[in-house]
Amino acid sequence: MSQSEVKLLEVKEVEKIFGVKVGAFEKKDLHALNRVSFDIYKGKTLSLVGESGCGKTTVGKVILGLYQATKGEVIFRDRDIAKLTPSQRGDIQKDIQMIFQDPYSSLNPRKKIKTILEQPLKIHTNMTKEQRKEAILLLCDDVGIDYSYLERYPHQFSGGQRQRIAIARAMILKPELILADEPISALDVSIQAQILNLMMDLQEKYHATMLFITHDISVVKHISDYIAVMYLGEIVEYASKKELFANPKHPYTKMLFSTVPDIHTPLATESVLKTGEIQSPIDLPQGCFFQNRCQYKEESCMQTHPELYDSGENHLVRCPIVLQKVGIK
Amino acid sequence: MALLEVKNLKTHFFTRNGVVKSVDGSSFSIEKGEILGIVGESGAGKSITGFSILGLIDSPGRIVEGEINFDGKDLIKLSENELQKIRGDEISMIFQDPQTSLNPVITIGEQMMEAILYHKKGVSKKAAYEACVEILKTVGLPAARKRMKSYPHQLSGGMKQRVVIAMALLNNPKLLIADEPTTALDVTIQAQILYLMKKLSQEFHSALILITHDIAVVSQLCDKIAVMYAGRIVEYGSKEDIIFNPLHPYTKGLIECLPKLNDEKKRLYQIPGIMPSLLGLPQGCYFKNRCEFSDDECDTYPLQQEINGRIVFCHKVK
Repeated sequence: MSQSEVKLLEVKEVEKIFGVKVGAFEKKDLHALNRVSFDIYKGKTLSLVGESGCGKTTVGKVILGLYQATKGEVIFRDRDIAKLTPSQRGDIQKDIQMIFQDPYSSLNPRKKIKTILEQPLKIHTNMTKEQRKEAILLLCDDVGIDYSYLERYPHQFSGGQRQRIAIARAMILKPELILADEPISALDVSIQAQILNLMMDLQEKYHATMLFITHDISVVKHISDYIAVMYLGEIVEYASKKELFANPKHPYTKMLFSTVPDIHTPLATESVLKTGEIQSPIDLPQGCFFQNRCQYKEESCMQTHPELYDSGENHLVRCPIVLQKVGIK
Repeated sequence: MALLEVKNLKTHFFTRNGVVKSVDGSSFSIEKGEILGIVGESGAGKSITGFSILGLIDSPGRIVEGEINFDGKDLIKLSENELQKIRGDEISMIFQDPQTSLNPVITIGEQMMEAILYHKKGVSKKAAYEACVEILKTVGLPAARKRMKSYPHQLSGGMKQRVVIAMALLNNPKLLIADEPTTALDVTIQAQILYLMKKLSQEFHSALILITHDIAVVSQLCDKIAVMYAGRIVEYGSKEDIIFNPLHPYTKGLIECLPKLNDEKKRLYQIPGIMPSLLGLPQGCYFKNRCEFSDDECDTYPLQQEINGRIVFCHKVK
């Protein structure tokens, strides 16, 4: 982390607890986020990687204001927005925009593309009709939407084109921060590459900052500057892209890497069955959350919950066994 | 003789806007115990190929031409009743979304037993129950016996897909068709399910057709690969040939645009454009507008070429 990097958003010790019914009269706490902290630097991309149920989408929704954090702070422009609803956030809200996973459900089927793209401008700016039109056409060129598309409805487009429209909608206000929640996982492999390239181009052109949320560690290589790996509502490893790809340390990160399908590696062997599934975030275990899937598990892992420590060069790992090896703790 | 031989299969949909040729002259075959991968983008006709084999094409769709020879029978000529006896018994299918392929209001056990009791007359309920527990153990479902009484919503996505696979294997099918079996799952679970499918198809000596858009998945599992584009197979051959020495520009593109873990490039390779609508296919080669090698020659649809046992449709491959 060089000194020139400016923090755009700080997430500090954010906790989110949902109350869920587990029986007719019983309610339990579901710990979606457990003291999650990270910073996003201006103009950089941070990727959050993890399986379904690890809380990565919840982080995005807390930042966007769709959920209010139970504890902790989210600092954006010197204001704590963690517990504010979108309407309480006022002006700040237009600078954080989201691209959702499923382009089939994130566009209003009854509105023309033109209307979908114009709506944010109407609400958040004082542009005249002409200016709005100009802004839309300008953006269409950037994201690769044909002008004739503007008069059509979402159902007339394929998934990849819809995702382009969703990206255009997120970009139209020139937000400082873009939250992209699995923007390519619903798309074909050949379209994924197009959308990833487009997002990188736009980020460069508009100097936007991005939080990229995904379950597939192989796609973050091209787009990220920093990567945080999440497991059961907490960050288990954090490092720069280069460092993480060269030297993954946490057993969970290693597992994620080993399961990525690749044409040059043969199918995983019997050991893959031992990797198991993520457990429920209700009734979290004492000790390390990853213990029941970890192949390096020791006695101590069941007793104390590990903390996130810097193992050198700002490579944070939440695993005492890894840290012992490098001589910390 | 091959277990399944599909010859010049044409499944067309007669819609108000015109005839959609979802599958337009596909030919492939699969031997006993072999794994065939069908790859292509959404709308390429891969799922319709799978549905056609099982006779699951609804109006306005119809199989207009071709033969599907399975174990000495032409499936196209069979009646619905005869097909019903084959489905879930000799040929079974695994669908993409495990959430929707299980009945939400019946227990796992009941749904599974139905598959046995329907096809095997004279099997007692008790024996069927035990067979189900056994197969759930085989697919690695924890606490298999307890799970027989569970409802689908009580299981995670990975567990549900295991149940669906177990159900498909119940009657020891000769052919298993898996339509995007892992697309809805996390990568970690995907690796487990893929491993399981390969292992089980070997154990049960079943042939497997794997339908997916992800060529990386196909490369890990299959013996043979068919690449489909806009309703037609464009390249078909052994896995080694297709993955490590692709000839068709589309296959090359599919492989090239995969994100690679050890790649230092900043940008990803992308195939320009999108697949044309099946209602407005270009004259000549369907891929020509996205192909960097296309020229006047491509205005006619390329003829089938056979190169060292691999079939490819492209003028530029000599």
